Amino acid sequence: MGKFKKGGSKELPEISTASLPDIVFMLLFFFMVSTTMREVELNVDVMVPTATEVVKLEKKDLVSNIYVGIPMRQFQKTMGTEPQIQLNDQFSTVEDIQAFIVAEREARKEELRNKLTTSLKVDQYTKMGIIIDIKQELRKASSLKLNYSTRETAE
Amino acid sequence: MARKKTPAINSSSMADIAFLLLIFFLVSTTMDIDTGIYKKLPPIPEELPDEAPKVKQRNVLAILVNRNDDLLVNGEVLSISQLREKTKEFILNPSNNENLPEKKLTTIPFFGDVLVSKGLVSLQNDRGTSYEMYIKVQDELAAASRELKDEKAMQKWNKKYDDLDEEQQGAVRDFVPMQISEAEPKNIGGNK
Repeated sequence: MGKFKKGGSKELPEISTASLPDIVFMLLFFFMVSTTMREVELNVDVMVPTATEVVKLEKKDLVSNIYVGIPMRQFQKTMGTEPQIQLNDQFSTVEDIQAFIVAEREARKEELRNKLTTSLKVDQYTKMGIIIDIKQELRKASSLKLNYSTRETAE
Repeated sequence: MARKKTPAINSSSMADIAFLLLIFFLVSTTMDIDTGIYKKLPPIPEELPDEAPKVKQRNVLAILVNRNDDLLVNGEVLSISQLREKTKEFILNPSNNENLPEKKLTTIPFFGDVLVSKGLVSLQNDRGTSYEMYIKVQDELAAASRELKDEKAMQKWNKKYDDLDEEQQGAVRDFVPMQISEAEPKNIGGNK
């Protein structure tokens, strides 16, 4: 009787993969939108301290970063193991900060220049001495908005 | 029929291309959002004042942090966990203690005439203090300030400080001011 199909004799139809590109594209767009590229190659180890009263850093284009920490292993031969300052891609000294701030200001549109925030990304085991020096330099460069980068304490 | 239909372009490699891009973005992505504590530095004064502004001792909460990360608050050795309560007590001065800050009658919108503390927090670090400790102190002070503001906002509007509108926030800020002055660095006991 042809009314009933015999089980097992027919092969399973192949799953259509036509929608696969769509799915992948969706993921792709998600990552493209949420991505922020690393602007600088870090030469120093930075593990910022934790705090509870943290605020999100907004307007990333108006933030200039100063990194302070112990140089990474491959630089320790030349730079030693004392905490160093990194501006942009290179090791710097406290004296370079004023020039750095000026350059950062120049790179922004004129109306935004006084809205620049300096974000200090400092390793938690650094001593305050170097930070006090940096703060003095920032005051001299009259870049007074400061942000101490911290992680939020995991509760 | 002069023209032949153009054959459809084989799009099976599209997925591969998309995958390639996807993997690139996956790898280069950093999802972390920068967070931190905002501070405003005081500008360098044009000319040095002849003498430091006079502030009564009872109006100052002097916080000293030494190179061993020990905390001295108004001559008292405290642990970091006690700092928050101490600061709140200092600003509020609930029992009108003689040794805690004076209050000034001020008119503030929404609140009317209220007594506002004249207290001032003075923070001094050694060059050898660790950055971690410094942030902890800043954090505790910020937490004390936020808790005070939340308290006042709760009393008045039954809302948290963050949920108030701009004007209300300003009023609360005036009610429980938190002035933190960071003393010029001292260098006790040599470098490092």
